[in-house]
Amino acid sequence: MAKRKLLKGNVGLCYGAIAARCNAFFGYPITPQNEVPEYMSELMPANGGVFIQAESELAAINMVYGAAAAGKRAMTSSSSPGISLKQEGISYIAASELPCVIVNVQRGGPGLGNTLPGQADYFQAVKGGGHGDYRLLTLAPWSVQDCYDFMPMAFDLADKYRNPVMILMDAIIGQMLEQVDLHNDFPVTDFPKPWATNGAKSRTHNIVNSLWIDPDVMEELNNRLKAKYEMAQREETRFQEFYTKDAELVLVAYGCPARICRTVVDLAREEGMRVGLLRPITLYPFPSQQIAALAQNGKRFMVVEMSQGQMVEDVRLAVNGMADVAFYGRTGGIVPNPTEILNEVRASFGKPPVVSYYQNTAPCKEATN
Amino acid sequence: MHQEIRIAGMGGQGIMIIGQLLAHATVLEGSNVVWFPTYGPETRGGTAECTVIVSSEEIGSPVSSSPHALIALDQLLLDKFAQSVRREGLIMVNSSLAKAPDYRDDCQIVALPANDIAEELGSSKAANMVMLGAYVQIVKPVSLDSIIECMTEVLPPHNHRFIPLNKAALEKGAQLV
Amino acid sequence: MEKVFERTKGLTDTEFGYCPGCHHSVLHRMVAETLEELDILDKTVGVCPVGCAVFMYEYMSCDIIEAAHGRAPAVATGVKRVIPDRIVFSYQGDGDLASIGTAEIVHAAARGENISVIFINNTTYGMTGGQMAPTTLINQKTTTCPTGRNPAVNGYPIRVCEMLATLDGPSYIERVCPTSPAGFAKTKKAIRHAFENQIAGKGFSLVEVLSNCPTHLRMTPIETYRRIDEEMTKVFPPGVFLDR
Repeated sequence: MAKRKLLKGNVGLCYGAIAARCNAFFGYPITPQNEVPEYMSELMPANGGVFIQAESELAAINMVYGAAAAGKRAMTSSSSPGISLKQEGISYIAASELPCVIVNVQRGGPGLGNTLPGQADYFQAVKGGGHGDYRLLTLAPWSVQDCYDFMPMAFDLADKYRNPVMILMDAIIGQMLEQVDLHNDFPVTDFPKPWATNGAKSRTHNIVNSLWIDPDVMEELNNRLKAKYEMAQREETRFQEFYTKDAELVLVAYGCPARICRTVVDLAREEGMRVGLLRPITLYPFPSQQIAALAQNGKRFMVVEMSQGQMVEDVRLAVNGMADVAFYGRTGGIVPNPTEILNEVRASFGKPPVVSYYQNTAPCKEATN
Repeated sequence: MHQEIRIAGMGGQGIMIIGQLLAHATVLEGSNVVWFPTYGPETRGGTAECTVIVSSEEIGSPVSSSPHALIALDQLLLDKFAQSVRREGLIMVNSSLAKAPDYRDDCQIVALPANDIAEELGSSKAANMVMLGAYVQIVKPVSLDSIIECMTEVLPPHNHRFIPLNKAALEKGAQLV
Repeated sequence: MEKVFERTKGLTDTEFGYCPGCHHSVLHRMVAETLEELDILDKTVGVCPVGCAVFMYEYMSCDIIEAAHGRAPAVATGVKRVIPDRIVFSYQGDGDLASIGTAEIVHAAARGENISVIFINNTTYGMTGGQMAPTTLINQKTTTCPTGRNPAVNGYPIRVCEMLATLDGPSYIERVCPTSPAGFAKTKKAIRHAFENQIAGKGFSLVEVLSNCPTHLRMTPIETYRRIDEEMTKVFPPGVFLDR
């Protein structure tokens, strides 16, 4: 039976992991994702799974590596600085072609940064992150419902592609409370794991390894990975569009900024500006084809991120010079509000800015939101 | 119905709790809600603020450019956010610890000595409930009964002994406006 | 004709690529024989290190995972926790276990993880060319302390067994010295005990094997044995540190 609850995004992830029949969670405390290990320390044992608070992020991701090699569904979660520490392990997991799920509740950076929302780990997430030629399939929730729903999808993708999957979110999505339908209605696919190192009973022994001394064999692995990513590009690219059909300007954003842009689209349309929104759900594979198609149809683009401009590079690659791509970003933990994005939109339509009341010293129109 | 509320005060004043009570009561009554917090870096004694958006429609932005209402429990946070309230909005001031702003004559300003009122009822710690009760009475995003019903779920078990006090403070706040 | 000795089923047919006189070959064989003798070959998952023994997966016929440098105890923890009825061991050198992987081994021991760790201490980094290790002896020359390990600059060698024996988590910790027939017999017995302990569910077991590196020490194998007996055992005394 459907069960509606008011949960934080971080907690929604945990219920999603249980629904995904996750066997093991290994993590380390870091703000703003602490609800994840806290809830998992109760939920995992209660559901017959394993929870360990590891001694470090390095140990946590390597415990994931071991549990995944043993053929079980394993995950870890962290926030920006902790995800940097996991990169070595993630590279090994990708190279060893093991499935796992990694959650990054992004905070302000670089360095220790702060515990406020950020999106500056986009490159790290979608371009590989660690050393070597590999990619993470990357999902970007924008609601607590997504946090719940994406976990089973992430584990299925990880098993299907034998590749790590990242849930890339930000502190707002992780920390906000929102209603979620804990429907527990997910397709259950059986993924046989004949490669698992779980005891060579009645078969020859299995090896989980990422060391290939022979360059031909090493290149073969790289080619195999590439083929997987091309297949993912064809089969797994997911995105959502709002009013793009007649739009003159298409906003492109993911996570919390996409939610904010969704409101901006309504505000802009109330003022007669034809604005749409494309929200990538998979950041890798990226919806390049759809963006290219929109560019071909003469749309302009504006990318909104909580970074100095990372996803905008993928939008520009997709557009490939066919259209203008503007960018608006805030950093440091500052979340752009609808009015400031609306003002960017207005500027691109040659209109003067509106202001929130508190800035209202200049004689111009007041914001309606 | 679409209400954006900012609640702000110092850590320990129960800012997050009254925001969460409002959020849970909204869900109980079948509307949509988003709540999100901003903490200072300190575990104790820093500033605390949260945003609650209550709506009969699907909620887009969880971030408010300019809220309909501000509930400020402390002077520092009142000064920080009073200007952000939208024109003709509502500013609720805990006058035990803050002076009502004289620069927002467009807004409805409600000043309640919430700490003193709560103190009379048993503890100044229930000042947050006085403010919430008054807010719910004025704006009516949800009923007081729904707020009370959510207390058991929202308050941690070790604080359930304060529910009678919280209920009294909530109702007192509602009576005073 | 009676067959009195045969290759253990615990090893594959691949010929060892280790340097002549190196301890790894015989220690691999001891682990492999133990798995066969205890009849756990088909339920064992090994975790190999980065270092010379990185290729252990080529030689062992049980399931095996190649771990990142130093992380074998964490990988072994991940495996053991999700399939606790299997036998899990790690095999690590001194650079792997006592330098880059110090945190992992200390915490696996502190948690009392029910795994068996075979720790090969030869006081140098063999695979990368004979650099200074965390267990390099004072005044020992290596390619990164060419005038000898100077404590004022390089600090002191780490005694892993003594350090881990201060913890409440481990069940069995022993340092062995395979430089004589009796020493080899004792080593084999210790390795077997580490696995028996795990089968009995007793928790974390570690066997430190004082070992050699004829190539980088520029010694004959016999000379390396003498060095172990006369120099290494002074810093790393053999013995049982814990068995509970």
